[in-house]
Amino acid sequence: MDSKDYLKDIGEIKDLMNKSSRFISLSGLSGVLAGMYALIGSAFAYWLVNNYSNGVLILNGWVFNYCLLTLALVAIFSIVTGVLLTTKKAKKQNVSTWNSTSKRLVINFLIPLVTGGLYILIILSQGKYGQAGALMLIFYGLALINASKYSVGDIQFLGYIQVILGLIGAIKPGYGFWLWSIGFGIMHIIYGTWMLFKYDK
Amino acid sequence: MSIINNINKLFDHRIRLGIMSILMVNDYADFNMLKELLGATDGNLASHTKALEKAEYIKIEKQFIGRKPNTRYATTALGKTAFKKHIEALEKLIKNKT
Repeated sequence: MDSKDYLKDIGEIKDLMNKSSRFISLSGLSGVLAGMYALIGSAFAYWLVNNYSNGVLILNGWVFNYCLLTLALVAIFSIVTGVLLTTKKAKKQNVSTWNSTSKRLVINFLIPLVTGGLYILIILSQGKYGQAGALMLIFYGLALINASKYSVGDIQFLGYIQVILGLIGAIKPGYGFWLWSIGFGIMHIIYGTWMLFKYDK
Repeated sequence: MSIINNINKLFDHRIRLGIMSILMVNDYADFNMLKELLGATDGNLASHTKALEKAEYIKIEKQFIGRKPNTRYATTALGKTAFKKHIEALEKLIKNKT
């Protein structure tokens, strides 16, 4: 063996270490689309609150319920798009979508996210909704940071940004709506576009 | 020629090097996962895991998931040190030649 072979060995070792411990077929396009859903959703909620609720959101009114429904739809559409596009990308890269790396990724992503989701539902049911937007950002950010160890490392930066936006929202609850739109809408679009150029080109 | 001495003959094969690489970054890997990642046949993979087991670089655990038998592999402390030494030797070799 000459040094070229050794170099190839090292390359292959690195490649296998990555492939076996990280699921990297996440689709950048799904990030862009998730951001767009979030922006459409928040625009709709904004329109609803300003036209039918005089700009204030009252807990348990029909406007409030519509806002929750919009939120749920944004989440569902984003997840479905993410799963579909990621499956497609994985197929193209010839890796199975549901393997030990993707399972680990999903589990580590869901632990902070589900904890946060349940916590938000609990405080909403207690009538404390001022911090809900900030908490969504914080827990989603933590979920991304936690998941980044098992996927493309770059998603941790998106996570840090979401956590910071969430903390700002906690200090200034009045801006919660705008911070939510920036975090879930604009940041997803920026990040997804960046991923698209970095990994899909 | 101490550098050459650290090049481990046992790792001088793509599949074996691959098995060790995967097990270095994962607590465990089962047979199918190794097979999928390395693109090896059952017999080929089995003979290489056996060689590594014989050197006590990896350990084999047989268990049942439901009713299905499942074989999973993990590195031993000895295997980890041997692999690290091997990588260091490879790096030195490459540095010296370029």
